[in-house]
Amino acid sequence: MERMQHVIARARAAFNSGRSRSLEFRIQQLKALERMVKEKEKEILAALHADLHKSGPNAYGHEILGVLGELALAMEKLPSWAAPQPVKKNLMTMRDEVFINFEPLGVVLIIGAWNYPFVLVMQPLIGAIAAGNAVVVKPSEVSENTAKLVADLLPQYLDRELYPVVTGGVPETTELLTQRFDHILYTGNSAVGKIVMAAAAKHLTPVTLELGGKSPCYIDKDCDLAVACRRITWGKYMNCGQTCIAPDYILCDPSIQSQVVENIKATLQEFYGEDVKASPDYERIVNKRHFKRIVGLLEGQKIAHGGERDEASCFIAPTILTDVSPDSKVMEEEIFGPVLPIVTVKSVEEAIEFINCREKPLALYVFSNNKKLIRRVISETSSGGMTANDVLMHSVVSDLPFGGVGNSGMGAYHGRYSFETFSHRRACLIRDLKLEVVNKLRYPPGSQEKVDL
Amino acid sequence: TERMDKVVERARAAFNSGRSRSLEFRIQQLKALERMVKEKEKEILAALHADLHKGGPNAYSHEILGVLGELALAMEKLPSWAAPQPVKKNLMTMRDEAYINFEPLGVVLIIGAWNYPFVLVMQPLIGAIAAGNAVVVKPSEVSENTAKLVADVLPQYLDRELYPVVTGGVPETTELLTQRFDHILYTGNTAVGKIVMAAAAKHLTPVTLELGGKSPCYIDKDCDLAVACRRITWGKYMNCGQTCIAPDYILCDPSIQSQVVENIKATLQEFYGEDVKASPDYERIVNKRHFKRIVGLLEGQKIAHGGERDEASCFIAPTILTDVSPDSKVMEEEIFGPVLPIVTVKSVEEAIEFINCREKPLALYVFSNNKKLIKRVISETSSGGVTGNDVIMHFFLSTLPFGGVGHSGMGAYHGKHSFETFSHRRACLIKDLKMESTNKMRYPPVSQKKVDW
Repeated sequence: MERMQHVIARARAAFNSGRSRSLEFRIQQLKALERMVKEKEKEILAALHADLHKSGPNAYGHEILGVLGELALAMEKLPSWAAPQPVKKNLMTMRDEVFINFEPLGVVLIIGAWNYPFVLVMQPLIGAIAAGNAVVVKPSEVSENTAKLVADLLPQYLDRELYPVVTGGVPETTELLTQRFDHILYTGNSAVGKIVMAAAAKHLTPVTLELGGKSPCYIDKDCDLAVACRRITWGKYMNCGQTCIAPDYILCDPSIQSQVVENIKATLQEFYGEDVKASPDYERIVNKRHFKRIVGLLEGQKIAHGGERDEASCFIAPTILTDVSPDSKVMEEEIFGPVLPIVTVKSVEEAIEFINCREKPLALYVFSNNKKLIRRVISETSSGGMTANDVLMHSVVSDLPFGGVGNSGMGAYHGRYSFETFSHRRACLIRDLKLEVVNKLRYPPGSQEKVDL
Repeated sequence: TERMDKVVERARAAFNSGRSRSLEFRIQQLKALERMVKEKEKEILAALHADLHKGGPNAYSHEILGVLGELALAMEKLPSWAAPQPVKKNLMTMRDEAYINFEPLGVVLIIGAWNYPFVLVMQPLIGAIAAGNAVVVKPSEVSENTAKLVADVLPQYLDRELYPVVTGGVPETTELLTQRFDHILYTGNTAVGKIVMAAAAKHLTPVTLELGGKSPCYIDKDCDLAVACRRITWGKYMNCGQTCIAPDYILCDPSIQSQVVENIKATLQEFYGEDVKASPDYERIVNKRHFKRIVGLLEGQKIAHGGERDEASCFIAPTILTDVSPDSKVMEEEIFGPVLPIVTVKSVEEAIEFINCREKPLALYVFSNNKKLIKRVISETSSGGVTGNDVIMHFFLSTLPFGGVGHSGMGAYHGKHSFETFSHRRACLIKDLKMESTNKMRYPPVSQKKVDW
């Protein structure tokens, strides 16, 4: 096990050699990554199943499909992303070349999370490679099978010096964070986000922090409840609720609360059948610690559906809580589990106020037939991103930046935004040495006449 | 003086009232700022003269003209900057509205610097107001006359609760930095930049840091030396060398070193006359501490021109040092004074290597008739920005983002980039509740059949 410093020093020397800079090289590495994902699909799905009880089809749809899409996009678009971007000139610079150059930053660090352990290292990695950097990859140790697989596989397909994988837990990550990087992208929770940013500050390293929060989901009385509830059920219980943009809790009028519950129950039956535990499509809580944490949130709550659990297999049934008090524990932190509280509000004003006296979430959802109401909620709240009349979907439009605001994060990535996040936008102005007479006005001796001119 | 936390709290309450959000309000505030700059021009110029011995015409063109330009640009462009930006949709989102919404962040903090004390609070302020935020302004206490003026004058023209000015030195700034902001833009040095970022990390506040460094200036043998040296002289000795993007030092072949010195000397004569001290266009070092620091850099150096000084008036004559050793004190930190070291290098390769084993500077300059050489230097180095065959000028084109990289900073502003720096880019996807059948593929129970389709 090599010292971190050597791994990073080697990545830096490899970057300084200049070989990661040519577009040909970058595309060649991305192609190798694509080969890896296709050739090792079975192993990847097995690791995801071992870590999260994620079924093959679900894992493929959530983690592999998106990665293949990003790879194809990056390989196709890289020449245009990396091209110098001319900008509008003014009178003074009419004769000059003026452009923004997109340049690699150097050695960047990607710290992944355990809930979508493959895509959350791969998607940033694609952008970092596309931007011409060396990349140190640190997968989450909590999803240990995927971490081990990434550590085994990447060196088989990619340049070993430029793209090393570092594994380990808190002590190893802490040591890693004492090193100097040219950008750090961290996916995880707000508490650790602060630690990452503080460590980055010592080196003036810019950071992209993809954090979390409680993503609210407001259901208006004027909407097709059956459809709304089916979509919400899908996004909430996917990956057993362990999704950073899962609808965390519902806000709705008391008069529709029981209808909402009935619709979700019906959808759960459609999705997972009578015996949820037996469904291959229903995941598990990642470990005992999180299992205990989530079960603790049920204490004192009115369980309208679900609540069954089995610690040995980290199984928690899809659960709905009703008439939840805003002050209860389940309404304090991000749930990150298959527990859906419903908090009743009497109006959209009350919903907006409720949302606004809490930290800005990573995502926000509104369900309504009334477009005006939707726009009003958007304009009177703040969140990383939002989807109306569905959940999660803004995160798969590759031309939309994906990121948080306030406690839910800073910076964004996906598609072209990944490339830009891992690039330096260098302002370039190229003049010539002619027409010096034009500069007379700017030179001393200064005078009011010159200024007036 | 009022307590910091009360000032910030009041700004936050004012922001939460929603009144800074309408475009009409923002433009009205910008118009008031424009009135202020025009009506108080005399007072502003007097403050700049008191702080830096800056001549009226110089102060006008360096600090007021640019501000008026940014104000006019912001007022004209705000409707288009603030408009939702539709994005390319994919097959799945064809029927939907997908766009990026530019939204205010909340309460932002602007910490100014002392070298261009007016423009360095005003230019960020314009962007922050345009983006719909409340803004706490903290001018540098070192340029005390300008700080006092800004504190007096802003409340006479702008909304007092939304845009408070906070004055004071290190203790006050330290206290201010314990408060929670939604963005901090700091202009100053690298050491304090780390402190600002560390403080911001406690609240997960994103930062824009406009720092400094040693901006190299490479003069190729193949170039019109007279013109090159005139432009370099202008940018170097402007504001007595106290410019974050001044050419810090020169790299050139030994065979042209004495020509470079002669050309600069001749230009200095043109600009400031026989008696530099008597020229109204030549500024002073801002205070005794910096005076002593700069004089200390001359120790042991070969002074080819200048070196005269007068502590009582903080005067240091335009100075050129030749055959400077890369290891000397004057080559360690940013000079920020009217001292121009020349370090000889035998080739452009040597120059590039010299630049690359140092921290990334805020600006980089190359003078050559050979465009290929210029492009080579650009592609083999990194810096915040570049001007070829001139100095400083990339700063003045507002379509170019102005900012650093590595130790010279993170983030950028000017023109539309200011607006975006102080905005949250919120991803928005608005669907409807129809066509639910197209979602069937994504719902459990998922089978391999579905995925292959």
